[in-house]
Amino acid sequence: MAIIERPTDPAPVPAVAGSGAPAVVTPSQAYGVLRRPVSSTGWRSWVFTVDHKKLGIMYGVVAMFFFIMGGIEALLIRLQLAGPEGTVLSAGLYNEMFTMHATTMVFLFVMPMAAAFANYLIPLQIGARDVAFPRINAFGFWCFLAGGLFLNTSWFLGGAADGGWFMYQPNASPLYSPTNGVDFWALGLQITGIASLTGAINLIVTILNMRAPGMTLMKMPIFTWMILVVQFLLLFAMPVITVALFLLMFQRSFGATFFDVAAGADPLLWQHLFWIFGHPEVYIIVLPGFAIVSEVLPVFSRKPLFGYRFVVFSGAAIGFVGWGVWAHHMFASGLGPVSVAVFSVATMLIAIPTGVKIVNWTLTMWGGKIQFTTAMLFAVGLVVSFTIGGLSGVTHAVAPSDTQQTDTYYIVAHFHYTIFGGAVLGLFAGFYYWWPKAFGKLLNEKLGKWNFWLMMIGMNMTFGPMHIIGLQGQPRRMMNWTEARAGEGFFNLGFWNRVASVGSFILAIGVFLFLVNIWYTHRAKSNTPKAPLDPWDARTLEWITQSPPKEHNFDKVPTVHALDEFFHRKYEVDHETGEVRKVATAEEILAAEEAQGDKHIHLPSPSYWPIILAFALPVMAYGVIYNRLLIVVGGLIVLLAMFGWALEPSVADDSDYDPPAEGGGTNKELATIG
Amino acid sequence: MAMWLFLGSECLLFGGLISTYMLYRGRHSAELGPDQIFDIPFTSVSSFVLLMSSLTMVLAVSAAAQKDDRRTNLWLTITALLGATFVGGQVYEFTVMYREGLGFTTSLFSSSFYTLTGFHGVHVTVGIIMLMALVGINKRSRVPGDKAEVVEMVGLYWHFVDVVWIIIFTLVYLIPA
Repeated sequence: MAIIERPTDPAPVPAVAGSGAPAVVTPSQAYGVLRRPVSSTGWRSWVFTVDHKKLGIMYGVVAMFFFIMGGIEALLIRLQLAGPEGTVLSAGLYNEMFTMHATTMVFLFVMPMAAAFANYLIPLQIGARDVAFPRINAFGFWCFLAGGLFLNTSWFLGGAADGGWFMYQPNASPLYSPTNGVDFWALGLQITGIASLTGAINLIVTILNMRAPGMTLMKMPIFTWMILVVQFLLLFAMPVITVALFLLMFQRSFGATFFDVAAGADPLLWQHLFWIFGHPEVYIIVLPGFAIVSEVLPVFSRKPLFGYRFVVFSGAAIGFVGWGVWAHHMFASGLGPVSVAVFSVATMLIAIPTGVKIVNWTLTMWGGKIQFTTAMLFAVGLVVSFTIGGLSGVTHAVAPSDTQQTDTYYIVAHFHYTIFGGAVLGLFAGFYYWWPKAFGKLLNEKLGKWNFWLMMIGMNMTFGPMHIIGLQGQPRRMMNWTEARAGEGFFNLGFWNRVASVGSFILAIGVFLFLVNIWYTHRAKSNTPKAPLDPWDARTLEWITQSPPKEHNFDKVPTVHALDEFFHRKYEVDHETGEVRKVATAEEILAAEEAQGDKHIHLPSPSYWPIILAFALPVMAYGVIYNRLLIVVGGLIVLLAMFGWALEPSVADDSDYDPPAEGGGTNKELATIG
Repeated sequence: MAMWLFLGSECLLFGGLISTYMLYRGRHSAELGPDQIFDIPFTSVSSFVLLMSSLTMVLAVSAAAQKDDRRTNLWLTITALLGATFVGGQVYEFTVMYREGLGFTTSLFSSSFYTLTGFHGVHVTVGIIMLMALVGINKRSRVPGDKAEVVEMVGLYWHFVDVVWIIIFTLVYLIPA
């Protein structure tokens, strides 16, 4: 539901403008069952919240939890491979580890962490007071949590999924994967998929409809632009995996034979469906990282982003071409020479817009007054690591070379340089850069630098040697290697495997230091002072409000005149000398904005329907696996929750502006006023 | 806006399902294929019912635009009833086919056929739920015609589901295998 601003309303909800007090919301009778949860403190204020900032923080916390879980899985894998004939894990458990490591990192860490940034920052960056559909936003978060928990309960219920994150069929059919792990995987991802889809719709509408007055598309911050591209990718990629997962569920739980070769099925169907989703997914993972460094690099180079338009359009180009390259994951499956040639060329083409971005970032730094803060270090680290990963990617585009490298550690090296080097380093840059915005305190820079260097060294020690052992032919997903076949001299597999394992622990210590840093900054007797309003001399709208922002974000919705609006308010060019000089501080700008704060600010009220609806889904999913009766029970809760949701007014005690049961639309005109 | 985006996403959902069906439509035993099993006259009638419901939906949207809550609710209810008739027809059709021996797991053709048309049926059902919720909301709201835009959104969804059915009906039923 939109945030609504209606000064002519007969009984406006009073909000104290200019003082930072949260808007007061009057309690009302919810439809039928319980009183509406309107408290603004305590656990209820989090569980039933529809505030995009609280949801963003919760996304972040949960994703961080899954990051640690996925990390522990990775460490176990590296422990197993540290020596010959590893005995840390059994073969079956090893299969579960690498499957769940990849699934957790992709679906439960990188994607939701990107969603955390997008949720928190997009409304702030475009000068809105919330997203377009706050309750759907809450629903998305709870779906993600419910799906993630559901997926991980499989560890305790007979074993997790073990078919690799792409779950190739018929390899993952009940015959070869008899536990319920794959069922949990298919249903869990289905539920988190709902989160991605609703999130995508929500953010696209927010970005296109709710920008502050004066902010044309080409005056949007680059972060917002890239996130917009990602949301379009999600919008069209998620339904394809939905189909694939449904077919898989029918296959495994209801006896259909979509992927059963004996019944005449075509095993390539799964591969096509999966990779039509899977390749856009690659860009869904990495573009948020790009988005973050595109904000961080200009700020710490004290220069505007070089070629803003080029970055925008190359991002969009990646979004388009990303749809035409999926079959390069299938070069080894016998597609035929024409398909292979076409996808090979398309894959080389996509390197162009990616290269454009690298050039733009480099030229942004060129000649700038670079400040090497932790955030900047992570951003530069991204540019370097991603370039390495991108270059090894080009070697995969050449189909003959790819056929040689398929299923070796070379591939593992490549995608970790792109995903870890591209996405994860970007997210860490974002943590350090926006931490003072979200929590009002600067993370410790000294610990931050240790964090960065340990992660950087650990990452290169872990994934660098994988290029060597991959080209030597060590296959991925093998639970052990033997001394007898390890080779000699520089190319000795044993040596490089040990290096990689040591590296992975250095990497883990680096990540651990990040958690230490959070604790150090926020511990009760911390002497860390409150962060200044504008600690980095930033350029975008989110810094024109308090840190952390008030519940309604802005007292007055700022009017935008330029790209990098905040920078232009702080600095002016002296026309006589041609010099740029500071004309206002962040405090002055904020005071001026607050002085003309809006009198009446409506915020959407909390609701308990999103969480009920979201947690009814795993009930249905357990039903699919164990007992059909549970499907009915879950389905009834879903039905009830949808009606309850549809009939509940978005603003307590105000019956206006309801979305239909399916979470469809809202009043566009009203949505743009806010 | 959101509904348009959602429908864009839905296009790929049905795209995937239709592709699966087209891939597998020929894979069945000799006597239980699409040419033997479909009752085209019956399905044509139920398709006609669904298309008529689009007409009543248009009437509901126009009544909502004129702030006539009573007629809006009437047309919404009729639309929901027509939709329910279609779903009922589908259930009947499935039952007949099942009696003739075409179960969900009989062949690749049957699995993909039931999945595709079943998904469409679920969409129609969700549409009916939305229509009923709309009637409920309209009854509660104090200001007449205040939900016009929401009615239009649901209308959009409803028309989309109809259009998808036209595609499915053509590809699945009319074009001989």
